[in-house]
Amino acid sequence: MKRQRQTKLFEPELVNEALRQSFIKLNPKILFRNPVMFTVEIGAVVILGVCLWILSGEKSQGSFLYNFIIFLILLFTVLFANFAEAIAEARGKAQADSLRKTREETPARKLVNGELITVSSSQLIKGDVFICETGDIVPSDGEIIEGIASIDESAITGESAPVIRESGGDKNSVTGGTKVLSDKIKVLVTTKPGESFLDKMIALVESATRQKTPNEIALIILLAGFTLIFIIVCASLAPFAEYAKTAIPISAYISLFVCLIPTTIGGLLSAIGIAGMDRALRANVIAKSGKAVETAGDLDTILLDKTGTITIGNRKATNFYPAAGIDEKHFVKCVVLSSMADETPEGKSIIELAGINPLSYNIENPCFIKFTAETRSSGINYNGTRIRKGASDSIRRYAEKAGNAYTDEIDERVKIISGNGGTPLVVSENEKIIGVIELQDIIKPGIQERFQRLRKMGVKTVMVTGDNPLTAKFIAEKAGVDDFIAEAKPEDKMIYIRQEQQRGKLVAMMGDGTNDAPALAQADVGVAMNSGTAAAKEAGNMVDLDNDPTKLIEVVEIGKQLLMTRGTLTTFSIANDVAKYFAIVPALFIASIPALQALNIMNLHSPQSAILSAIIFNAIIIPLLIPLALKGVAYKPIGASRLLRRNLFYYGLGGILAPFIGIKLIDLVVALFI
Amino acid sequence: MYRRNALRLYKQKRKQMKTNLLPAIKLTLICMVFFMGIYTLLIYGIAQFAPNNGKGFIIESKGKKYYENIAQKFTDDKYFWSRPSAVDYNAASSGASNKGPSNPDYLQTVQDRIDTFIVHNPTVKKAEIPSDIVTASGSGEDPNISVQAAKIQVSRIAKIRNLSETTLLSLIEQNTEKPLFGLFGPEKINVLKLNLALDNLK
Amino acid sequence: MNTEILGIIVIFFGTLALAYPLGKYIAKVFAGEKTFLDPVFNPMEKFFFRLSGIDAANEMNWKQSMVALLVINAVWFLLGMLVLMCQGWLPLNPDGNPSMTADCAFNTTVSFVSNTNLQHYSGETMMSYMGQLTLQLFQFISAGTGIAACAIVFNALKNRTTDKLGNFYNYFLKSCTRILLPLAIIVAAILIFRGSPQTFNGKDTMISLQGDTMHVSTGPAAGMIAIKQLGTNGGGYFGANSAVPFENPDYLTNAVEDCSIFLIATAMVFALGFYLKRKKLAWMIFGVMTVSSLILLAPTVYYEMKGNPAIEKMGISQPFGNMEGKEMRFGPAASALWEITTTNTSNGSVNSMHDSSMPISGMCAMLGMMINSIYGGVGVGFLNFYIFIIIAVFISGLMVGRTPEFLGKKIEAREMKIAMIIFLIHPFLILTGTAISTYLYAEYPHYLAGWLNNPGYHGFSEMLYEFTSSSANNGSGFEGLGDTPSVFWNVSCGIVMLLSRFLPIIGPVAIAGLLANKKFIPESSGTLKTDTGTFGVMVFAVIVVLVGLSFFTALAMGPLAEHFTLFAH
Repeated sequence: MKRQRQTKLFEPELVNEALRQSFIKLNPKILFRNPVMFTVEIGAVVILGVCLWILSGEKSQGSFLYNFIIFLILLFTVLFANFAEAIAEARGKAQADSLRKTREETPARKLVNGELITVSSSQLIKGDVFICETGDIVPSDGEIIEGIASIDESAITGESAPVIRESGGDKNSVTGGTKVLSDKIKVLVTTKPGESFLDKMIALVESATRQKTPNEIALIILLAGFTLIFIIVCASLAPFAEYAKTAIPISAYISLFVCLIPTTIGGLLSAIGIAGMDRALRANVIAKSGKAVETAGDLDTILLDKTGTITIGNRKATNFYPAAGIDEKHFVKCVVLSSMADETPEGKSIIELAGINPLSYNIENPCFIKFTAETRSSGINYNGTRIRKGASDSIRRYAEKAGNAYTDEIDERVKIISGNGGTPLVVSENEKIIGVIELQDIIKPGIQERFQRLRKMGVKTVMVTGDNPLTAKFIAEKAGVDDFIAEAKPEDKMIYIRQEQQRGKLVAMMGDGTNDAPALAQADVGVAMNSGTAAAKEAGNMVDLDNDPTKLIEVVEIGKQLLMTRGTLTTFSIANDVAKYFAIVPALFIASIPALQALNIMNLHSPQSAILSAIIFNAIIIPLLIPLALKGVAYKPIGASRLLRRNLFYYGLGGILAPFIGIKLIDLVVALFI
Repeated sequence: MYRRNALRLYKQKRKQMKTNLLPAIKLTLICMVFFMGIYTLLIYGIAQFAPNNGKGFIIESKGKKYYENIAQKFTDDKYFWSRPSAVDYNAASSGASNKGPSNPDYLQTVQDRIDTFIVHNPTVKKAEIPSDIVTASGSGEDPNISVQAAKIQVSRIAKIRNLSETTLLSLIEQNTEKPLFGLFGPEKINVLKLNLALDNLK
Repeated sequence: MNTEILGIIVIFFGTLALAYPLGKYIAKVFAGEKTFLDPVFNPMEKFFFRLSGIDAANEMNWKQSMVALLVINAVWFLLGMLVLMCQGWLPLNPDGNPSMTADCAFNTTVSFVSNTNLQHYSGETMMSYMGQLTLQLFQFISAGTGIAACAIVFNALKNRTTDKLGNFYNYFLKSCTRILLPLAIIVAAILIFRGSPQTFNGKDTMISLQGDTMHVSTGPAAGMIAIKQLGTNGGGYFGANSAVPFENPDYLTNAVEDCSIFLIATAMVFALGFYLKRKKLAWMIFGVMTVSSLILLAPTVYYEMKGNPAIEKMGISQPFGNMEGKEMRFGPAASALWEITTTNTSNGSVNSMHDSSMPISGMCAMLGMMINSIYGGVGVGFLNFYIFIIIAVFISGLMVGRTPEFLGKKIEAREMKIAMIIFLIHPFLILTGTAISTYLYAEYPHYLAGWLNNPGYHGFSEMLYEFTSSSANNGSGFEGLGDTPSVFWNVSCGIVMLLSRFLPIIGPVAIAGLLANKKFIPESSGTLKTDTGTFGVMVFAVIVVLVGLSFFTALAMGPLAEHFTLFAH
């Protein structure tokens, strides 16, 4: 069961907080960071000055009421923009707060010189060791250095099924706030207080420390450029009007200026950024930076582990093939014995398939041979019998070294199994090959469609597997990935990522083990599983709380959505200006250049109603677009050119037409009052 | 320290000068020789093979030489008039009126020209006057008028010169310059040639 | 079909057709491949480089190229000032024309070095033959500078990571000798055989048929006319430019000259396609330019052929449309075509007086200069278009959810900053210039009464046009503007021309140089392709919206106000 996700955009609580914030954000010191809205605020202040001037007897600037209404509309334009940012922040904070609840002060039993001292969790520093027992809340992120425990991580992941965490290996990490359900563990604290992933994420959402991403900076430059153009346009209008012997009131200049500068995107820009982070959080992905989310949208290549990502869990033994002249029962016995100490799922599945309890053979003095990367085989020695099972080539070498043949029969069997996507395990007894075990992978349902979707997005998928190339190829084709790395050693991932990066590609990978850490660091987007080791989490720039290897697909879409929302709203905002020109310019010159009424194609009621309608439209379009900014523009993997056509049609053409209709409608209403 | 920096900067500047300024000056001098001198002389050389050695096309008539392409002032009623010139047909200082289409002074000037034209050509109806004969040309030296502008002057000239209108009309016909290759551009008449032909009629 | 319309169709599309093979040739010149002119030019260029001590094989980075470009332009500036301020004493002055004043020499020198050729002087009375030949030199080398800058950008757009972008001097000299010179010789020869003069005799005096004494200016004109058209310079030999019969004797020369105006600029687009082996990209750019060009051309032809409603009211007929300021041998259609081609490219030569054309035509001419990259000036036209591409790539990249990239290079904040600054320069110079002059005129109407030749909206258009033309390095004018004796116009336009020449060269070269240094990203299916019709529409929309939004108010106050007033009743 997932943690309940907020479905309503405007929770009343959040709205209240956001309303309060939108007034606080009127402070010029805060607003200064948003140059577009800051200029609107200046405009509003100027109009307020004009209002006071009129009250003191000035006659040339029109009525007080008219100017005051303009002041109010401008003020609301700023408030709406502030509200957009505030509601996005509030939603992000709410999301983060629910996670932060897990960070509340909990007592920790710190181990100092062999004695246990109870301290508050906030006093734990990096390098401390604490003990947790059944029923304890883990006080801080850390690594288990001793013991094994089942842990309820639902507070973080929403997943209610308990998980097993144990020292050594890749499942040694615990997260603060999770609950130990059984057993006792000794944990080494790995993060400084306030620097856990969650802390970083919360800081990112709270815009105070939010760093602008490179794309955002470039966009702000574009918007600042537009603002400058319109400063020039409006400033030059003054002498133009003087030449045409037209008196234009200050309010008209300010209105024209505010209408033209890209207030829509300027007001929504930070909301879009925060909402992007928020969406990532909702997907249970903690990003260390906004840049990581943006980069995800640009990914070219994704490295995925076969096991658990493409195939369900692990391979299972499906068949035993004793060699010619070997008794099947004997073969099964050897097989079962060799897997006795094999804790891997494959090993367990062999015993499962045999249906015999290895202890029933009553072996004495067994000596178990562990799997190593060099021998690529494991087995057992007892009473002078040496049983090995392992990859075909390594057992072959092992057997041939002792002078025994690797028969054609075995070779053929191995090839048949590999060709079917299975993994052959060759078994030898006293260096003589006695048969083959077939292991088969089961591909996750629905995975093909997901890869198809990625391919349409332009993302290449690469399967990483320890299997031999033949098997790997079969599974790769069946699952629909674009490429595979077979017989992968940990450094192969690294090499592959480097190669891709040298060709200018952006690469993502998921990993959990400590030996994944270098590759996670090398990858442009490295997603560490929350269950992974601290080293892995440190090396990556995102952490997936769900431990779901296909999460990368979602992350890519979130990144793309973030950029698209910015792009489309920028286009929309700028396209809006066309109609505003047609509303305001004829209104300015109605007296001195009556012929320009030919440009009043909306047939607006009067100059004053035209100006009011334009700035009202300009203001209310911001709250109207808040839902879009928060939810993001839907990404469809239909190819870049088609996507551009589609967005250009909706947001470009729509952006030109919408204000014509909107301003006309508002004018019809405004005309009733003027 | 400061002085050493300044010295380095100066040396850098000198190096820059050496890498850029000297080549720039030398290349400029070469370009001067080539594009002012050699190119001009080359074109001058080509001109020596052209009609009148590249000094503009000349028409000779009765021992006198005229530039074929340069408009002459024709104010006498006995000649076909050229288009109005904003520089009084001064071929040493070309120019136009540069009046905008909505300028009231300009419109008054055109109106005056129409009135003058009607006074001199009383048989012509206003609607028959083509605008080219009452608007100033771009260069002030436009040697051409439209066929229609020649035709409406026929009755005046016929009367003064005692010629039949048909003679004049066929003269116009003979002097009409067809569009380029008969396909491109407007039809027109060279006023000087027409007037020379007119003088040569007798 | 109407012979006038047929004429302009043939000129327009004929030029586009000629541009294709020329583009192929230019690409070969830039790439240093073999061409049929090698036997002539290889030894010549080698000789020139040896004389000037330049190693043409020494590759420069973008900064070194720009330093070289600026230094040599500074040398030309000094040379120009020297010649023009001393021409009264220098040889080749048969008509005894005086030396120029400092402000006029400043304006003229900047004008010709910057490829603008705004002429605040009259060729016949204020310029000696020596002066004219110096200007002719500038017409070659300023055009060569633009083409060389464009070649540097082409080089930078290749699929690789480098900071070595060829040798500026090499590109410059080859542009002058291998591209401009051969074409100039052909065009000049055609002009001479159709009646343009190339002589060193002074003014001719003769008696007209009617008996008046006439002075006729001649001179070494044909050579200069050829290069003024081909190099998008536009500065003519005679005062009224290509309206003067000596400068443009008949419809054929008119066709050749008009073709020369946008031939090389168009060819540069195809050259890009051949050079980078991205023909589709070239067709996209060409398509956007041609569509824009036709959109400006259509209303201009329509309104010029339709004529002036104020004159129609007088009761006369306008079979040739609006004839004020036009030549009979070209007619309104060919004049309209010229007006649009000369302003689209930064040429600025005229065969009719733009001041007297209809308001919408004047507006279309100004729009051409405000965009300044519909084919554009030789070399610099593409540079300006490149800025629009960068902005379009950025916005559309965001719209498809991918960090924007152009030809495999990521567009980031730094490039956007340069692109926005370069785009801003143009409206900034035009609008502030016009604002200052309208302010002065409104404040001191009596003192400055000589400024405007036309009252009201049209007077406004005259000032707007002058700054637009200066900033676009165009050089054509609403020539009624009383700019010839005015220090204000000489100095203000001089500054505008300087800024708007060199910054828009440095900016795009800088962007291209920065991008060239970045890692090359191969295309994937997620990459937004920039050689498609869709992207073409995007670039077009960016151009229309950016230019429209910047200049709408100014155009409304001038040409639009005049148009609606003129056609109101």
